[in-house]
Amino acid sequence: MEAFKTVKGVVLPIDRSNIDTDAIIPKQYLKSVARSGFGANLFDEWRYLDHGEPGQEHSNRPINPNFVLNEKRYTGAEVLLARSNFGCGSSREHAVWALRDYGVKVIIASSFADIFFNNCFKNGLLPLVLPEDVIDVLFDSIKDEPGYMLEVDLESQNIITPDGTQHSFDIERFRKYCLVNGFDDIDLTLQHKKDISEFEASHKQRMPWLFEDIS
Amino acid sequence: MSGKTLYDKLWDSHVVREEDGGTSLIYIDRHLIHEVTSPQAFAGLKESGRLPRRVGANLAVADHNVPTTDRSKGISDAVSQLQVTTLDQNCKEFGITEYDMNDPRQGIVHVIGPEQGATLPGMTIVCGDSHTATHGAFGALSFGIGTSEVEHVLATQCLVSRKMRSMRITIDGELRPGVVAKDLILAIIGEIGTSGGTGYAIEFSGSVVRALSMEARMTLCNMTIEAGARCGIVAVDESTIDYLENRTYAPKGDQWIEAQKLWSDYVSDTDAVFDQEIRLDGQTILPQVTWGTSPEMVIPIDGIIPDPQGLSDESRREGWVRALEYMDLESGTPIREVRVDKVFIGSCTNGRIEDLRAAAQVARGHRVASNVSLAMVVPGSGLVKRQAESEGLDAVFTRAGFEWREPGCSMCLAMNADRLEPGERCASTSNRNFEGRQGQGGRTHLVSPAVAAAAAVAGHFVDPAELEIKT
Ligand code: SF4
Repeated sequence: MEAFKTVKGVVLPIDRSNIDTDAIIPKQYLKSVARSGFGANLFDEWRYLDHGEPGQEHSNRPINPNFVLNEKRYTGAEVLLARSNFGCGSSREHAVWALRDYGVKVIIASSFADIFFNNCFKNGLLPLVLPEDVIDVLFDSIKDEPGYMLEVDLESQNIITPDGTQHSFDIERFRKYCLVNGFDDIDLTLQHKKDISEFEASHKQRMPWLFEDIS
Repeated sequence: MSGKTLYDKLWDSHVVREEDGGTSLIYIDRHLIHEVTSPQAFAGLKESGRLPRRVGANLAVADHNVPTTDRSKGISDAVSQLQVTTLDQNCKEFGITEYDMNDPRQGIVHVIGPEQGATLPGMTIVCGDSHTATHGAFGALSFGIGTSEVEHVLATQCLVSRKMRSMRITIDGELRPGVVAKDLILAIIGEIGTSGGTGYAIEFSGSVVRALSMEARMTLCNMTIEAGARCGIVAVDESTIDYLENRTYAPKGDQWIEAQKLWSDYVSDTDAVFDQEIRLDGQTILPQVTWGTSPEMVIPIDGIIPDPQGLSDESRREGWVRALEYMDLESGTPIREVRVDKVFIGSCTNGRIEDLRAAAQVARGHRVASNVSLAMVVPGSGLVKRQAESEGLDAVFTRAGFEWREPGCSMCLAMNADRLEPGERCASTSNRNFEGRQGQGGRTHLVSPAVAAAAAVAGHFVDPAELEIKT
């Protein structure tokens, strides 16, 4: 995984709560066995006026002019701003892949659904929780300022607005450590093989039936 | 020191090591796999030259993409077909047991786990699927994970995780006749909201929960994810043990006796302290129907569609306005007056034998209303289907004009050919009413199996108690 340091990018404001993973990437695209190529279908049902299917050419599909993502001023956005309970619903990591593929590197919301939140870190996407009043201010500022950008500094755990205001954010130490170093979880866990084997031995002694193979 | 919650016990008995800062490596006993969230994980394993740590801890099944009509012709959608064969190939390559599309035991992953006894008390159970919460009904710690974590579990039999906070929802009293687990969980979500449980492990307790069958407990736990909680749990009791006896993968002989002793401890200590406690009176709960595009937008069957203008929270108000528009409903309309175009009975929430019995009891001797273009019953597994057929339920349904299908996820998420057309309205026993969930532009109302069957017969929402019961 790529190491995450700082991001300075255009902010795409989607002023909604409960943005679910079905909305982020509709089910028909989940049929793919690949990990990439989902960006063109991010928010597919909001973004296009027709019904999309995998394998379709997307460049000539009718665009929904009322969906904020399609507004010129937000082209190339790397930061997504939303409300509460972002990423609720299904566990599909495809939602995170679609956001990453589109170019989103940071999501700011007042809360996230747990599984989505977890999935973000596995893909170098930073989900940030900020208080609702700060989010209100950000939504307001973006409205009045085309090309509004935010700088997100993971090392110092700060978001810096164009006028220099800083908002600090929390992040779990282990998650930050993995992100800034671009570490792969599996490699890290495999360093503890001995602990795992020891655990297995005692676990098996206590509940041997858990080690009967499924066959 | 206060006692331990059931969640504490499950968590503590699976910690392999603790890191600074609150994350832990926890051991996973059972890993369930389906075709949608696993291909990239298997690809990752292959790329890095890793092998599954414990092949025998895994059980795989194809459920999301499979057709519910005649399977002898295979899957007509080539993309779906590829995903299903990819699962077949991966399982074969790594030696993982899979119930393929034509296996009589095939079914929805959360139905077959318990059915086969692959879900046991005291286990940690994961699957690349948010409704893994279902298995918590057995006093197990079970939760959904993403594809990267699927790969992590395959490679290490562990997950990096962080202990959640604990919530107990106690439902005392008794349920009214005709009120079932689905109504209970919808009412709870209506009460605490779709993010009310975020960050929590929820234990369900109280006299109402103790009186629920295992299947009903599964329905309850299944939808805890819709309340934001990754896992719902119910303490082990006699019902749990009775259900599991003689299941294929349940312990046998001396181990069965030993296991029962150990399992009896999978309850919260009487002096355990929860981070949050919620109490409900079972008597106050009526059959529920969702009216909007989030499971928290729910009202009792005798209710009227609410008015967003009364809401003070602006973002919530806008959400309601948008939902009403999407659902093409007007505030003030009694939900009973809302007519449906399709009815779907099935899914990991309500695709088990008791669900089908409840629906059949309502449908028996009636006819599907003429404004309902399709009413379908999709059993949760091949074994459920066989059982239903041996009880003659299939005949009850088909005589009433319902379609009787092959098992799978079907119109719960419409990845196969079963879906709503734009604008169609559906009474559905599934778990999500998000925009487009059952087909782009489709409108979903979540209900119990009995309410779904009643809607099919009446053509609109109605309290099943009002329909004549025919024998
Ligand atoms: S039935 Fe629906 S919710 Fe359950 S596993 Fe299948 S798609 Fe998911």
